[in-house]
Amino acid sequence: MTGGITSPDAGWRQADRGPATQRTGKKRRRGGGRGRAEMPMVDDVEFTSYYGRQIVKTPVWKSPDVPLYLFLGGAAGSSAILGALADVTDRPKLTRVARYTAGGGSILSVVFLIHDLGRPERFLHMLRVLKPTSPLSVGTYILAPFSAAAGATAAVEALGWFPKLKRFGGAVAALFGGPLATYTGVLLANTAVPSWHEFHTKLPFVFGGSAMAAGGGICMALAPLDESEPARKMAIIGAGIELAAIRGVEHSESIVSEPFHEGRPGKLMRAAKACTSAGLGLAVLGGRKRWGAVASGTLLAAGSLLTRFGVFEGGIASTKDPKYVVIPQRERLAKGEHDHASTITR
Amino acid sequence: MTISSASPAFTGRDPENRLFGPLPDVTQEAGYEPEHPKRVGFFTDTSVCIGCKACEVACKEWNTLPMDDSHGNRDALGLSGMSFDNTGQLGANSWRHVAFIEQSRTVDLPMPTFGRPGDDRHDHGPSPAAAGDDVSLANAQQSVLNAEALSEFDPQTGQSGGDKQIRWLMSSDVCKHCTHAGCLDVCPTGALFRTEFGTVVVQGDICNGCGYCVAACPYGVIDQRKDDGRVFKCTMCYDRLTDGLQPACASACPTQSIQFGDLDELQERADARLATLKAQGVETARLYGRDEDDGVGGDGAFFLLLDEPEVYGLPPDPVVTTRDLPAMWRAAGKAAAMMVGVAVTAILGSRRSR
Repeated sequence: MTGGITSPDAGWRQADRGPATQRTGKKRRRGGGRGRAEMPMVDDVEFTSYYGRQIVKTPVWKSPDVPLYLFLGGAAGSSAILGALADVTDRPKLTRVARYTAGGGSILSVVFLIHDLGRPERFLHMLRVLKPTSPLSVGTYILAPFSAAAGATAAVEALGWFPKLKRFGGAVAALFGGPLATYTGVLLANTAVPSWHEFHTKLPFVFGGSAMAAGGGICMALAPLDESEPARKMAIIGAGIELAAIRGVEHSESIVSEPFHEGRPGKLMRAAKACTSAGLGLAVLGGRKRWGAVASGTLLAAGSLLTRFGVFEGGIASTKDPKYVVIPQRERLAKGEHDHASTITR
Repeated sequence: MTISSASPAFTGRDPENRLFGPLPDVTQEAGYEPEHPKRVGFFTDTSVCIGCKACEVACKEWNTLPMDDSHGNRDALGLSGMSFDNTGQLGANSWRHVAFIEQSRTVDLPMPTFGRPGDDRHDHGPSPAAAGDDVSLANAQQSVLNAEALSEFDPQTGQSGGDKQIRWLMSSDVCKHCTHAGCLDVCPTGALFRTEFGTVVVQGDICNGCGYCVAACPYGVIDQRKDDGRVFKCTMCYDRLTDGLQPACASACPTQSIQFGDLDELQERADARLATLKAQGVETARLYGRDEDDGVGGDGAFFLLLDEPEVYGLPPDPVVTTRDLPAMWRAAGKAAAMMVGVAVTAILGSRRSR
């Protein structure tokens, strides 16, 4: 089986390194919780590399800047949607909390995004062009109107000015809230990072669900009980979607799921699932009580934050080992599952 | 402000192959007049590379690149401790990188039946593989014949007797100047652009160091200079090209391993070279990045290799990440609609408190 992965040429092998190919360690992964028997999902595979050096570059995006940006943007986006709907259904207290969350989250997320730039003083260069091929460019044109509208709405909410303009600003923010929370999945996936790109149709759902768990959780924790019911419902559904979507990422057949189980990213992902599951359970059972709403909302927000860190660091880890680049590409070539010609002409 | 008309990124309808697939005139697709210069490129023939690193030095000197060690640490001198390669990788400060791979193999006896070097190998009568029943014996003899064939063209292995058990692979790696360049696609400022020569260049006065291109390159070429904040990579000596000169590395290469020229001409030359090597019995020779139907639409800088790409630190099947972008945008759109749907459900499903 492994013969198709590498074909060392006529017996040539790297001197003083033993075989031309390296073996990945035997990897065994849990096949989902609930005491199911462990099953091997990643076989022992041989691959070749240049002195074990990485092939793709590790992203230069900084932690915690980018994971925090992902979290805050998501929480702000889902809160803005909730706030606008709470406003039209006459829930003033929930509206106020949601607008503060959206406004504060969006302004902070802009700060983190700019701080992550290598040349922060040039952040306005992002507005030179609009490129649909660049998720960061599209995201700029989502984040800019969103943060302006959400920030202004939160400000006039605090000051008590222009009640009609407030509703309009909230609606504009709600319009951009969904795209803001989900485009970040495209932002990470549209890279050569193996463990992000592989899940390019799943990450938007991970982040969308995570955003609703965070935004709903924060609003549930902060809003009074008599109006917090929609926030609780959104948080519960969001957390369910988040957990289901993460499952799809963590338990794929591909070897690029592996970084989400190992080392620091593995710990973060396990902590994220624990927090989100606990918050979900608590919100269902005790979310209608004050203490329950605060505790479960906090747990859901923490779970969402940990998910962002886990997904971010899992991708980072996948760039540092050449096997995550070589093995999927070799398997693709061996199976003939590619709609393009091989880059190798023999 | 310019509004890009590149709607294929959203719709996925891409009859002109703007995101993926072969693109006969990448320069015109980028918006240049039909009278633009021909697309230029590098053909790096690693079978004649002697690992002198003149290309690395010429590149550093011409482009005034800072010194760094094999891990990209600025102004640091250090040995990689793995081979003669102390450059390590391509990066912000190394736009040419010579890879060194020392390979050995056991030459199985019995001794082969071919004649002295210089004898015509084709006059040996029936091949041992056809005559013998023992398949492993035949394979062993076949592999030795390959070693002999290799020695006839490769100065590094052109030694007598048992020395043929060692060979050196050396390859000068460089930015591939892809037809579908991931770095160029994802750059949000327009700092990366396609030149009139069909190459891909960073404008240093525009780049704001967002780092998206670093993550998007399937070859791991472009990188950020830490103390500067901006990204840097090979420009194919854009400044020299505009003055009618060839790039510094190609002009410094003493063995014509690095060949610069019009891309179509280089491709013909590479095909001929591959055919020659094959005729000489070098079965391990192959071109890398030559095929315009590959995952990045063909490379502007392509290679002749003597082993699998990953041995040289190259990905075996690179695909431009933007190929899947329409699917990603669709997923993000669905996920955003899902969020609104969930929020509406949550609002409508909750009893009013009053």
